[in-house]
Amino acid sequence: MKNTTNVIEMRHIVKDFNGFKANNDINLTLQKGEILALLGENGAGKSTLMNILSGLLTPSAGEIVVRGKKVTIKNPTIAKKLGIGMVHQHFMLMDSFTVLENIILGHEVTKGIRLDFKKAQQEIKELSQRYNLNVDPLKKVSEITVAQQQRVEILKILYRGADIMIFDEPTAVLTPQEITEFIQILHGLANEGKSIILITHKLEEIKQVADRVSVIRAGKSVGNFKVADVSNNRLAELMVGRHVNMQLDKAPAIIGKTILKVANLNVKNKQNIPALKGLSFNLRAGEILGIAGIDGNGQDELVQALTGLTHIDSGHVLINDQETTNQEVRKITEKGVSCIPADRQKFGLILPFSIADNLAIQSYYKKPYSHHHVLNHDLIKQHAQKLVSQFDIRTTGVESPVSDLSGGNQQKVIIARELSRDSNLIIAFQPTRGLDVGAIEYIHHQLLAQRAKGKAILLISYELDEIMQLSDRIIVLHDGNISGEVKPDDTSDKELGLLMTGVKKEGTTFA
Amino acid sequence: MNLVAILSLLVSSTIVYSTPLIFTALGGVYSENSGITNIGLEGIMTMGAFSAVVFNLTFATSFGKLTPWLGLIVGGVVGLLFSFLHAVATINFHADHVISGTVLNLMAPPLAVFLIKAIYDKGQTENITQSFGYFSFPGLVKLPLIGPILFENTFAPAWVAIFVAVFLWWILYKTRFGLRLRSCGENPQAADTLGVNVYGMRYAGVLISGFLGGIGGAVFAQAISGNFSISTIVGQGFMALAAMIFGKWNPLGAMLASLFFGFAQSISIIGNQLPFFNHIPSVYMQIAPYVITIIILVLFFGKSVAPAADGQNYIKSK
Amino acid sequence: MLKVTSKTKQNLVLIISILAGFLVGAVIMLVWSYNPLQAYSSMFMSALGNMNGLGETIREATPLIFTAIGFAIASNAGFFNIGLPGQAQAGWLTSIWLVLANPNMPKFVLLPLAIVAGIIAGAIVAGIAGWLRAQFGTNEVITTIMFNYIVLYSSQYLMQQIMPSRLRIDTDTTKTISANGSLKINWLSSMFGDSRINAGIFLAIIAVFLYWYLMKKTTIGFEIRSVGTNPFASRYAGMSTKKNIILSMLLSGGFAGLGGVVQGLGTYQNYFTQTTSLDIGWDGLSVALLGGGTAVGILLAALLFSILKIGGLGMQTIAGIPYEIVSIVIAAIIFFVAIQYVIGLLFKDKGSTPDIEKVSHITEGEQ
Repeated sequence: MKNTTNVIEMRHIVKDFNGFKANNDINLTLQKGEILALLGENGAGKSTLMNILSGLLTPSAGEIVVRGKKVTIKNPTIAKKLGIGMVHQHFMLMDSFTVLENIILGHEVTKGIRLDFKKAQQEIKELSQRYNLNVDPLKKVSEITVAQQQRVEILKILYRGADIMIFDEPTAVLTPQEITEFIQILHGLANEGKSIILITHKLEEIKQVADRVSVIRAGKSVGNFKVADVSNNRLAELMVGRHVNMQLDKAPAIIGKTILKVANLNVKNKQNIPALKGLSFNLRAGEILGIAGIDGNGQDELVQALTGLTHIDSGHVLINDQETTNQEVRKITEKGVSCIPADRQKFGLILPFSIADNLAIQSYYKKPYSHHHVLNHDLIKQHAQKLVSQFDIRTTGVESPVSDLSGGNQQKVIIARELSRDSNLIIAFQPTRGLDVGAIEYIHHQLLAQRAKGKAILLISYELDEIMQLSDRIIVLHDGNISGEVKPDDTSDKELGLLMTGVKKEGTTFA
Repeated sequence: MNLVAILSLLVSSTIVYSTPLIFTALGGVYSENSGITNIGLEGIMTMGAFSAVVFNLTFATSFGKLTPWLGLIVGGVVGLLFSFLHAVATINFHADHVISGTVLNLMAPPLAVFLIKAIYDKGQTENITQSFGYFSFPGLVKLPLIGPILFENTFAPAWVAIFVAVFLWWILYKTRFGLRLRSCGENPQAADTLGVNVYGMRYAGVLISGFLGGIGGAVFAQAISGNFSISTIVGQGFMALAAMIFGKWNPLGAMLASLFFGFAQSISIIGNQLPFFNHIPSVYMQIAPYVITIIILVLFFGKSVAPAADGQNYIKSK
Repeated sequence: MLKVTSKTKQNLVLIISILAGFLVGAVIMLVWSYNPLQAYSSMFMSALGNMNGLGETIREATPLIFTAIGFAIASNAGFFNIGLPGQAQAGWLTSIWLVLANPNMPKFVLLPLAIVAGIIAGAIVAGIAGWLRAQFGTNEVITTIMFNYIVLYSSQYLMQQIMPSRLRIDTDTTKTISANGSLKINWLSSMFGDSRINAGIFLAIIAVFLYWYLMKKTTIGFEIRSVGTNPFASRYAGMSTKKNIILSMLLSGGFAGLGGVVQGLGTYQNYFTQTTSLDIGWDGLSVALLGGGTAVGILLAALLFSILKIGGLGMQTIAGIPYEIVSIVIAAIIFFVAIQYVIGLLFKDKGSTPDIEKVSHITEGEQ
């Protein structure tokens, strides 16, 4: 291999957060024009390392060499000057600003003290065309799709003249088709001489797009490979640190009676725009029904409508043959519904409260946990202790605040609370979001155990893999209605992807 | 009274009562667009009013007609210095914005009265001797009907306030500074990644609000109350805050809302000179501005959206 | 850096805030050539140095305990009830009016009736703000402030125009209430050097206990705290946010109203026209903030502030220093409480382990 010049060398990087080493002696090199995948689990230290490279964090030890020169990247402005740009996992955009304002912010062209919007718009237009990144510069960010928002992020760093580009989990929010487009964009950028670091934990993606891969685990480098030379299983093992069984053992479903019946449901979203348009489906005992679809196609509203959190304009929800349409949240819950919300910290937990109190927030008002409005704290604690050991929640005690727990253990608190209530219907909305492999495995097994007990499970997820692995049936939600129903065994990512974009199974486009 | 006389009385008193609100509400707009909630505007106005009156009383003989105008600057500077407390507390020291703002409101009246007592040995000041006087627009005043109503013998600081509102609108939406300031109120973390100095911008926002709030208090004291006592600023700052919300955090909106509140206030003051209004019991006129504020908030609050990160501390990780 | 447990740290931070507040007062006095040592010693002597001062200090603390509990309840529910002055004023005027209008009712009926009426008056004023918040999302900070002024001016009008003249001395002052409606206890007053200490303090101690019990031991408090800490998760768990918003504001206003009641039936024995919002409202807010919203904290903070306020009167007479310095010191203390993060940097938590998860949340961008 000749003519390989390292544009970035990170040597022995350590980042210490009050005694916790998020990065512990990491080495990384990036060559000009290559796509390097940075692989690691949630919490392995990938983002920390990249935040160091983009000037958001300063390393506790180690050195960084950019194009042969040792540098200190104290802040994002220095990173920008070095031509380093990062597209963050959670987009760094101002929702109420226009695309144009978002792109120029921090790198404005001015005429006197006035902003020169015209000139900026021209430059952005040129960049858009050159890299095939179409987006309307005068639209507000809140009005465009997630894929378009990602293009805005890419334009933002191109506009700053970046030639070293970092992408943090860029495909997490995209549909299979959008991912294909995105990969083309990446190759286009690399061909233009840009050097790219791709943070990911998806092995397939690495195979498709990257030249080399660098694996880190628990803050340490565990290997650098050429993608062609290493197998997926080897990468998975390196990432997790043990042998992983990527296949779930799933017994055949024993289907019972209908538990949930949704008929012709119409619901509006917060902006008062119809979000569910005549949605109908059934869910029976003992099966897992997967709801696939791109974020924002009515998933939130569906969960809210089923649990009583939003108003149903028309249509019916029946749980165990009982009408629950537009009933109070608690009434619905008491009919035998458990829900694992998508955003555990916002909807699932009261972070400053103790683990015991969090385990009690669905039952505190009932006997024996309270009597005539007086709480029985001893019993609440005993109950919590039982659940903590039953669900293997790792904690120092049930009275410590739930905010002290790791993400996986926080999710276990919710799982323990919801599954211990023995409900007939379990709604699991993105139940493994942001968790590491071990926690994901645990939660998947718990859901399958509930299925075996004859519970009806509605699994709503944006992770296609999860839907494919767990579901007995899959319905695809697009624009507030069903664009297709498939069985996991006789469908493909490609077919699901088409359905997710609204192409009906017969191949006709609607809406 | 004939119609023109009634209208010109109404317009001129509306304008006088609006002016302090306009300045102060504009201050609120800048602070909150940078992401710092500023409920301390009331306290800032109190300090502005206090310092302008002391300045006016002390220097009336040396500066003559110019005194009240210089008093505005003095009030602004004192307001700016006072708002520094709020800036340090919220930007560097992670204080809750509402509590820190409340401290300004708790601190200003006793501090001002203490100083008045220390300087003059009594609880309230004499009346000032140099006030703004009246100003007629050359040319415009000759316009039929609206000339005498709008442009004859008007209150000059009001026109300054309106000009400042337009200017600040332009700054906020058309310049680099404005774009960066707003970005800190919308998503400070993103702004930081783009190299915007979030702390610096937020300081700018709060200190500008201190300066403008101080001017607002100075206008009120020198044009309306005429002296300073514990009850000079009672609720003006909060009303300016409401005007800012009603005006959707936009300088022009805040100005229009302030004009409306000024109108409501002036009705309550001059109502007894107006036909129809003079039959309404005075208590209704007195509480009208506050009731109207609540009604407007109820009707419009749901529809107006604050900057997304308004009131949130931004703590930079290192 | 001093290593301490987090509980000790909290207390040390509060003590430092208080001392720093006094220091600010001292600096201001020095700048204007007053002697701060003389000022503070005369302050503590007159507040605590004799039975009358002690009685007055306890009397002064009484309404602050109620208004502070009022603030704390709303604060538990996530609301900043800045309308305590108006709510207290409504309670004061209502209870006095009721007692004056029924001078011959037996004490065991009249007194409880007047107290309850005052509670209801305060609850209504705050409840409207709570209802507006629950129904329309109207910011309670602004509405409760506006209600301060509405109550202020309405009370003036009610005194001057509506109250029957047989109940008043003049348009600004009512007659003194009869013993049947008074919280005054003669033996208690004479024990404390003929001060205005009254039965209100016993009510206040009961209130502190009730507040603690309500918040910590009942489902009502549990719901209020849940909704205040995370309204989204609380709704998900089937709690009614609207009900809890309104309930907590009613309770908050009720306690504030009770603060006004003890001021009327206990301290002054009458009502007189107010020109600015009531001090006990603002001071109650400060007491609650200093006391950290805990029952014991409120009790101690109320005593501290009443020492300042009663002592401040003595300081003004003895040392000739303007009384306002007291309010400046109080505001400064609250300022230091607000920036306790910085003061906390002086100490290190003993045995605290780095919070790996929180750190990785920040670093992995998952918040």
